[in-house]
Parts: sequence; structure tokens; C-alpha cells
Amino acid sequence: MMTLKVNGHDHQIDAPADTPLLYVLREDLKLNAAKFGCGLGQCGACTVMVDGKAVLSCVTPLVLLEGKQVTTLEGLGTVEAPAPIQRAFMEEQAAQCGYCIAGMMMRAQALLQKNAKPSDQEIRAELEPHLCRCGTHMRILRAVHRAARLMDTAGLSSAIGVSSATGPLSATQGSAR
Amino acid sequence: MSKAPIIAGIAAALVIGAAIAAFAIVWRPAISPIEPPVPQAFKPELVKRGRELAAIGNCNNCHTLRGGKAFAGGLGVPTPFGSVYSSNITPDPDTGIGRWSEEAFRRAMHSGVDRAGRHLYPTFPYDHFTNVTDEDDHALYAFLMTRQPVHAPARANDLAFPLNQRFVVAGWKLLFFRRGTYQAEPAQSANWNRGAYLVEGLAHCGACHTPRNALGAEEVSASFSGGDVDNWHAYAINARSPSPVPWTGQALARYLRRGFDPDHGVARGPMAEVVSNLSSADESDVQAIAVYMASVFGSPSGDRVRNADAVKTRTNSPATQAASATQADPTGAVIYAAACAMCHETERPLPYGGVDLALSTALSAPDPRNAANIILSGIPPVAGERSPIMPGFAASMTDAEAADLLAFLRARFSTQPAWQGIEHTVADARRLQTVFLETSPGPHNAPVEPTQRDKP
Repeated sequence: MMTLKVNGHDHQIDAPADTPLLYVLREDLKLNAAKFGCGLGQCGACTVMVDGKAVLSCVTPLVLLEGKQVTTLEGLGTVEAPAPIQRAFMEEQAAQCGYCIAGMMMRAQALLQKNAKPSDQEIRAELEPHLCRCGTHMRILRAVHRAARLMDTAGLSSAIGVSSATGPLSATQGSAR
Repeated sequence: MSKAPIIAGIAAALVIGAAIAAFAIVWRPAISPIEPPVPQAFKPELVKRGRELAAIGNCNNCHTLRGGKAFAGGLGVPTPFGSVYSSNITPDPDTGIGRWSEEAFRRAMHSGVDRAGRHLYPTFPYDHFTNVTDEDDHALYAFLMTRQPVHAPARANDLAFPLNQRFVVAGWKLLFFRRGTYQAEPAQSANWNRGAYLVEGLAHCGACHTPRNALGAEEVSASFSGGDVDNWHAYAINARSPSPVPWTGQALARYLRRGFDPDHGVARGPMAEVVSNLSSADESDVQAIAVYMASVFGSPSGDRVRNADAVKTRTNSPATQAASATQADPTGAVIYAAACAMCHETERPLPYGGVDLALSTALSAPDPRNAANIILSGIPPVAGERSPIMPGFAASMTDAEAADLLAFLRARFSTQPAWQGIEHTVADARRLQTVFLETSPGPHNAPVEPTQRDKP
């Protein structure tokens, strides 16, 4: 039994120490924004934040999460109150099938928290580990720029609505199955 | 009559003599600038040959900054004495070598002196390039003078006094630099000699793989015994090689040309850039390099051959070794199971599957630097190409956790004694590898058969 901190809440998890975080998020906590893509850390669909950094949850065993803070897309905002990164992706219509988008948003969020005004080149380099087969790359790029502007005007770059996110409800509910 | 004037006279003569000698050692004349030649002045076949040679020389790797224009310089080369920044070797007349005659280029290659007569720092490996024939310099010159000129002024070196004075380099040369072209060994084959000429000269393998002395010169007596580059360990590539399976000429040719070998894994770190270049070099040249290097590695001892057979038949790592490794580093074992095994134990063929870690040279190496670099940063994909890939774990592991994993991997997959001070190595790797990845140009070709590259 270990304590896993997710989106500001402590959860008691009964699973072997080598269980990937992704399995616990989806199966035990029913937080389904992070997706299983390849299971090898090569596609980025499972990306969440751990202590503010983007991490591939399919290759991150529970043993590495002792005392660390996990943030999933559900922890950023809700349908009623989407976080800037979520608003930006909706306003740019950056999702097509949406499977990769939750992971993309999490890495983009982590990027914007350490670099409030990334250049096009920096965004491309940062999102390199993420695959998107629909081909919405240009919209994703625009969405990250838009999110940077939204955060700038709202002063929200570090504000994450963790308190409002206990359930599986998310701004990307449509794709979060 | 006093003896003082005589002594003073002798002293003065000595001082003047020393000054003349020093002047002779330090001073080199400028070579007159030329009107930059037009690209059409060089025959296409010559330029093509120059391109293949420049790939063997790995020129672009130091003379290109990540995100910068090819050959425009500006990359900082860290040395124990400070950073030396690479120069612009595009034919720009003002900031590059556009006004260099071929004679000036040849002098730089053979004796480390620029067109204006200034001594070049030996980060430019003229201790090797001095071996390059005039014919090959002729082709290299043609290749460089037909590149896109880029206006990029040199960045000042970051060296402390007195090393920032170029006359000091003349003293270094006096101590360590021996001018001369490669002398063939008549007893060896033409192919071997071709390989030796390239390895000792243009390819400058020893610049990384040979240890350096306190003044930064290669220790000739320890050729190819392993050196350091950009916080990577360049493995010993002689009889002291730590590779679990001994290298053969065939394996070397495959590895150098395609960037991986099933018995050794995928090239990464600075070597990934080398093999990326060699994949576009002339195949017979790469073969020759492999022939020569195989003789430098030498025939492996019976022990090594038996150990290699055990590794390849997977009988080297019995259940007892796995069990004791797990017991010694339980956290490392858990991390390995969840983060590594699903690629490294699937037996998917290289380069897209993970190598069987019992074959990994990094895990049998004298220190854990390379393994730490790879765990933290992974193997980044090459843009626009099929290429090997491994995710980095810098964001998901603390230094202590990565150290646990490394200790487990060493105990589980190597027959060598445990590493010491792993956590410290991981901390260094985290700090330094980030800088390397941000500035190094990185491989531009994926390690696949270049013949397949142009196919859809």
C-alpha cells in the first residue's frame, strides 16, 4: 500500500511497486485523460506531470512516485472552468481524434510553466516525443502560443486548478474515454 | 679590467639568441589573401570526393552549432583549460575562409596555423590532420570553398591568461606536435594501410579515444585506451575494450556504416554523429577503417571469447546473478522491470528494438557516465528519418533513483565490479548532458543503410 498524490489529493494504492503510473491512473483512479498508446514511452499519449515536469506515465513505475506530486489533465481545469491550455486547444480546434492531445497539453503545460514565452522552435523541440497521426500539428503549435498569451494576460501560468479536479470530468471529456 | 662587461655581453647575446629562437618558433608569416574563388572553379567530382572526406573527418560536428548554418562554427568545445569555439569554415570572405588560398588551407591542416599566421589551438586536431595528403586536402578545400558562405564572426575563446595568448600554442607544438605525413607499413595490406592513414589522420579517432596528458596532448603510449569527450567516455578501442563481445572487422564495418551492430547496440552520444557522417562516406574507406581498427583491437583472449559466447547464448547471466542483483538493489530491479525491460527484453531486432543489456558496453565500462547519460536523456529521434529512439528519464527519476537503477544494471548484466560514486556521476550527467544536447548539432542521418535513404 502506498500513498499517491494526484491532483492535490492523496490516494491509497494497493499495487505492486513496478506497476506503471498510467495503469493506476486509468484503472484505479478512473482518470482517463492520459492514454495508453504504445506502452514503450515512444508516443507521448500517456504524458502527465510529476512535480511540474512532463513524464511518460506508461514507463513510470509507482516506486518512482513516492512523495512526488502527479498532475493529470483533469487536474488543470474542468469543462466549466477550463485551464488556459485547455481553452487554447479548444479555441484553436487543435484536436481531431484527440487521442494524443491530453499528452500534448500536459507537456505544453510543463513547458509554459518553465518558459512563459516559448518560440516556435522551442515548442517543436519540446513536443518532439509526441506523435499525432491526424496531423493537427500546426493547430497544436498555434494552441500552445495561444495558451502562452492566455496565461500571460491572466497571470495564470503557474495557477493550476487542482482543487476543482477530483473527478474524471475534464475539458477534453469528449476524447477522455 | 673588470669581467662584468664580458658577462653582460654574454648574457645579452644569450637573451638575443633566445629571442631569435623564440621568434623562429612562434612567428609564422601570413599567406596573402585571395579573391574568393567561384564555386564553378572546382570540378564536381572533386567536390564530391571532398564531401566524402569531410564526412570521414566529421568536420560538421565541431564546426556547426545546433540550429546554426552548416560549417559556420561557434560551437564551444569544453576543455580542462576553458572553452574553445570552433571557427567559421564556410567560404565567407570576411568571417570564414573565403580569402584562404589552398596553400593556406593546407598549412592549417598540416601545421595548425591560420592564414594570418596565428597558431591554432589543438582542439582543431592538426596533430592528426598533419597526416592528410595534399591530394585529399585538395578535395577538402574544393568541398569547403563550394559551401554556402555564411557571415558569422568568430566567437572569442573562453581561456584564461596565459593560455589566451597564441604564442603559448607554439610552445605546446614544440613539446607535443610532430609534423609529418602517414608512412605506410609495407608488411601490411593496402587496405590496412588505407585504414591506418584515415584513422590516424583525417578520421582522428584518437582525439576522443586516446587519453590526454595534463597539457591536453594525446598520450602516445596509451593510444586508443579510452578518453573523454563532452562528458562521455570514449571507450578503449584496443585490447582493453570493455565490450562484452569482442569487436571484429565485420562488426566494425557494419557499426560504422549503419550506426549499430547486433552484438553491440546503437551508437549514441558524440559517436552517433560520427556514424551519421560515416553513413555517407565512401564504403571502401569505411571498410578500410574497420580492417585497421580490428587489428588495433587485436585477437581477443580465450577468456573473452568464452565470455562473449556465454553472453550471446544467454548463459552468462544465470538466475543466481539476477537474484543477487535484485536482492542488492531492489528499487533498481523494480525500475528496470517497469521502465526498461519492455523494450530491452523483447528481442525485437536492432536498431528499433532495445539491445540485450548483457551486450551493452556502457554497463561493462569503467565508469557509469555513458549509461547515466542515456538513462537521463534517452536516444532522441532524428528528424524526418526512421531512427532508433529511447525516451529519457531525467524528469521521472531523481539522482538517487537513477543511481539505484544503474547499480542494479551493473550487477545484473556485467561481470565487472560494482561502480563507485554513481549518484555523483548522475548529478554531473544531469548538469552537463543538458548543455551537450542544447549545443551539439546532433546526428542528421539516421543509422540505416544510406542506399535506402532516398527511397520512399
